Amino acid sequence: MVSDTHLITRPSVTVHAPAAVTTSGAAFADTSVMRLRDVSVHYGNYEAVRRTSMPIQRNQVTAMIGPSGCGKSTVLRTLNRMNDSIPGARVSGDVLFHGQDLYARHVDPTQVRRRIGMVFQKPNPFPKSIYDNVAYGLRINGVKGRLDEHVEAALTQAALWDEVKDKLRTSALALSGGQQQRLCIARTIAVKPEVILMDEPCSALDPIATAKIEELIFELTHDYTIVIVTHNMQQAARVSHHTAFFTAEVDERQERHGRLVEFSPTDQLFTNPADKRTEDYITGRFG
Amino acid sequence: MTLTNPSPAAEVAVRRRGHGALGDRVFSWWTLGTGLLVLAILGLILVTTVREAWPAFDAMGPRFVTERVWDPNPATGDAIFGALSFAYGTAVSSLIALLFAVPVSVGIALFLTELAPRRLRGPAVTVIDLLAAVPSVVFGLWGILVVAPALVPVYQWTHDVFGGVPLLGRLVGPVGSGRTFMTAGLILAIMITPIITSITREVFGTVPRADKDAALALGATRWEMIRGAVLPHSFGGIVGAVMLGLGRAMGETIAVALVIGGATNITANLFAPGNSMAAVIVQQFGESTGTFTAALIGLGVVLFAMTVLINVFARVVVRRAEARMKGGVA
Repeated sequence: MVSDTHLITRPSVTVHAPAAVTTSGAAFADTSVMRLRDVSVHYGNYEAVRRTSMPIQRNQVTAMIGPSGCGKSTVLRTLNRMNDSIPGARVSGDVLFHGQDLYARHVDPTQVRRRIGMVFQKPNPFPKSIYDNVAYGLRINGVKGRLDEHVEAALTQAALWDEVKDKLRTSALALSGGQQQRLCIARTIAVKPEVILMDEPCSALDPIATAKIEELIFELTHDYTIVIVTHNMQQAARVSHHTAFFTAEVDERQERHGRLVEFSPTDQLFTNPADKRTEDYITGRFG
Repeated sequence: MTLTNPSPAAEVAVRRRGHGALGDRVFSWWTLGTGLLVLAILGLILVTTVREAWPAFDAMGPRFVTERVWDPNPATGDAIFGALSFAYGTAVSSLIALLFAVPVSVGIALFLTELAPRRLRGPAVTVIDLLAAVPSVVFGLWGILVVAPALVPVYQWTHDVFGGVPLLGRLVGPVGSGRTFMTAGLILAIMITPIITSITREVFGTVPRADKDAALALGATRWEMIRGAVLPHSFGGIVGAVMLGLGRAMGETIAVALVIGGATNITANLFAPGNSMAAVIVQQFGESTGTFTAALIGLGVVLFAMTVLINVFARVVVRRAEARMKGGVA
């Protein structure tokens, strides 16, 4: 197998990683692309997330659920170093991507984000044309020529091509919310990441647009690994293979910390949760 | 149809809501009043200056703006009042100012909003704002006593090196004193940098976190993020800031009067002395009478008209750009 060590520092984006080998003792089949090991996140002196460990399985959807303030979005943002831009944010423990720590000193965060893309809560297309939105990531990654093909492929894969092919040069801001979110997904997959992180991608959308995105998420697992944070338990149950349940705990010093309570295959977590707190949450007794 | 012809009861309900809030009405009249006041003052300025300038407009006709000669006291014949040379000086010195000030200001603003460590931001902003507090006469004196003499060798060198280049060589012609279009432009650049910086800084501050995150999540470096997310979002605001700076540069009087050289001159040579409309007014108003005074006020009218035109033009540019970004059809 090809050495994984310099995957992140290599500037190419087209490379798809070889079969992953992680070193940690795996409770799951060894198909994990990423793995969190004892990850804690601090904002200044405040510990927002405490000692989280979980794998992210290849070509599957991993959902993170839990009440507000449980740290699930924070954990998501550690996976591609989006917390870097928040002053005072600090990550300890290992965030492994193909066995390599993303927070190691020589790792370039921009290269991490080219391999691990992100879709946000509110659709956030740039105030540019539909075409330029999708092409943006390609251009900054130095893709020259055949831009049209790449753009079409990304829009097709995001199930948006038929709706926008006649108005590629019009403003992305004129699209509906659901279309904007699919455009953001197209923009993300245009640079061919391995992993796509989604931070409550449907929370600003109506039920029909939500259904389309969920269908799309399912389609995308053919080529991508997806991690999704959602407030909506039904959504987690519908789209994900594995679910991580987080909650906020108050410690002896009266400080709240996000903690991972349970990580299981989704059907098991929703039908036969191992932890009492998970059961209380999914049956609606709190949160 | 109830929609087009509401029942009397509905009408009463609507009226009562309209009359109910006294505070709203007071507020509405107050804001309308202040808005109209601004327009009234503008109108009054325009009317009275045109009236005061009328003898000169009447004597010169359209030549007032097309004539380059300005001779209030000719040895023979009638006085000639042509604003063209001074309009040229105003335009050239202001453009030079923008050329230098805009890149510097935008750079400072980007540095302060995107790059500078938090604890450096406050002091840096204070220092730049202090620059705006320096009285313009101080800039003028500094310009004439320090900057102008110091720039002579620089101008000379530039002329020696680039003077032979086609086209460019005409801009860097023979050097006289240091009091030139270029010196005026440079002093103006320093004077308008604070206002452009502070407004663009505010504008950059309004770029949504979401837009920046979108770029970063695609693997953009900081500069790529600025180009892809910050600058497109800020275009209208930057143009607005530049317009305010331009307005200040065009209207600047005493600093320009001191360093521009005081010659009635239209030349491509930026190292030659010239004069601007505002500078001429302040230099000559004290010794003017009759039609001469009217002509100086006429310069003011022309300056006023130029600023208004430029602002309208900028509005159109910004509106077009924003329509392309936000509207349906590009």
